[in-house]
Amino acid sequence: MKKIIRNVAFGLVGLSVSAASVAGPEEDRQAFRKFYENRFPQVQPIGDFQNGVYSILPQAREQWEAIEEFPPYELAIEEGEKIFNKTFANGKSLKDCFGEDGAVREQYPHWNKERGMVMTMELAINECLEANGEKPLKYKKGAMAAVSAYMSYNSRGQSINVEIPSDDPRALAAYEDGKEHFYTKRGQLNFACADCHMHTSGMNYRSETVSPAFGHATNWPVYRAKWQEMGTLHRRFAGCHNNIRANPFKAQGEEYRNLEYFISYMSNGLEFNGPAARK
Amino acid sequence: MDRRSVLKVAGVVSAAATALVAMPRLAMAAYTEKAFKAKGGADALQNAYGANATTPSDQVKLKAPDIAENGAVVPVEVETDMQAESIAILIDGNPSPLALTADIPAGTKGLVKTRCRMGKTTNVTAVVKSGGKLYTASKEVKVTIGGCGG
Amino acid sequence: MSSIRIKAKERKGEVDVKCLMKHDMETGLRKDKSGKKIPEHWIQDVTAESNGKVVFSCAFNTSISKDPYLAFAFSGKKGDTLKISWKDNTGATDSAETQIK
Repeated sequence: MKKIIRNVAFGLVGLSVSAASVAGPEEDRQAFRKFYENRFPQVQPIGDFQNGVYSILPQAREQWEAIEEFPPYELAIEEGEKIFNKTFANGKSLKDCFGEDGAVREQYPHWNKERGMVMTMELAINECLEANGEKPLKYKKGAMAAVSAYMSYNSRGQSINVEIPSDDPRALAAYEDGKEHFYTKRGQLNFACADCHMHTSGMNYRSETVSPAFGHATNWPVYRAKWQEMGTLHRRFAGCHNNIRANPFKAQGEEYRNLEYFISYMSNGLEFNGPAARK
Repeated sequence: MDRRSVLKVAGVVSAAATALVAMPRLAMAAYTEKAFKAKGGADALQNAYGANATTPSDQVKLKAPDIAENGAVVPVEVETDMQAESIAILIDGNPSPLALTADIPAGTKGLVKTRCRMGKTTNVTAVVKSGGKLYTASKEVKVTIGGCGG
Repeated sequence: MSSIRIKAKERKGEVDVKCLMKHDMETGLRKDKSGKKIPEHWIQDVTAESNGKVVFSCAFNTSISKDPYLAFAFSGKKGDTLKISWKDNTGATDSAETQIK
């Protein structure tokens, strides 16, 4: 049943081939991008997809621009800067892992060949802390979101440039895993990410307009008015799973890291513009 | 029922209209419980400005969304070219409608921008005190509680 | 460190001010995890001074959002100082000063 649904989902995307094994990631990416270009021709320039639903809803955009006059995430950037520059007990700091200003957003997510896994920026932050004898941070909000906000802010303007190294088949497998996740129906409501964020993107579920998935990876972490605080991408993944009454996966676990790998690759070429304010 | 609680704020000249008394300038904007915890807009204005008779005016420019993205942070902007002494924002459906009063000394523009909390769909009213009178502009702002993803 | 962040820019004799004040602005209506009401806690008065004179002052109630944002404008010039201070319902105060750019 799952396979049939999955293939139907692929068919709706308009891929000229029926199964993932023939089309490669590059073909997927181009078809993905084309889908959104055709669905939302009003988004000009195409880079504006980095602003999510605000690229397609003028009234919502006005309010977002009002918030951007002095966005609440600026407080998180300051908090993140303090943490980033703080000296560890061993005399080092996050600067030793990520450089003077932490502007390394474009390096993530990436395939780590030695360890055979997708590396994300938040995971790297915690690995740096732990390698230096510091306590790791929780992945969804608080200090981790603040540090990520600071590093993302300094990286603004960098482009998403995820690579799937051809010399390691496990990288492609991780990509395919993320892709399958995106297109697989799940939860009590039986929705796939693609159902809302692709096939019905721009439409309303009650009073919520769902955002296009193209551009989803650019603007994290986010100050969400609903949360009244910062949250990371994996926090939002879990939230979305809860919304469709599916069991959420662990933040920075393999499922969400592979999903991040896939959706980031789909948005290759778009600019990072985090942190961002959203409803 | 208290006569006052029948009065609505926007565009209604109250039957018990009171003239503005001369008040010390700076005192007008100071927080007082009487004004800011008043349950009705007319009471709040009475307690803030010593008067509650208002006249709608298109010289009071109120900018607020038709549908709030999120009721916790609704951007509201009030601007006027009139010689304003004070600007106030009322959110009619909130437990205590008077959200803000601002003193506009000479040399300061008749402009206030802020972000408000709205508990439900209701009218937002901008009040400008100028030349001893209160002028208003009002609009309904819808507040919805999401759907999926909300 | 101050809870107040100020952006003040002069253009053609008018200073545009935007400020963000870090403050919970608790309405007193929320309950914590144990079901206990979180007491109200909010900024009541804000005053802005430049060149020794009050250029803007306002009062709030809890209808103003968390981390209050205020924007206003007054006649002034680059290089002048701008000081913004607040007082909340507990009597606590805070202030920050900046130079108009």
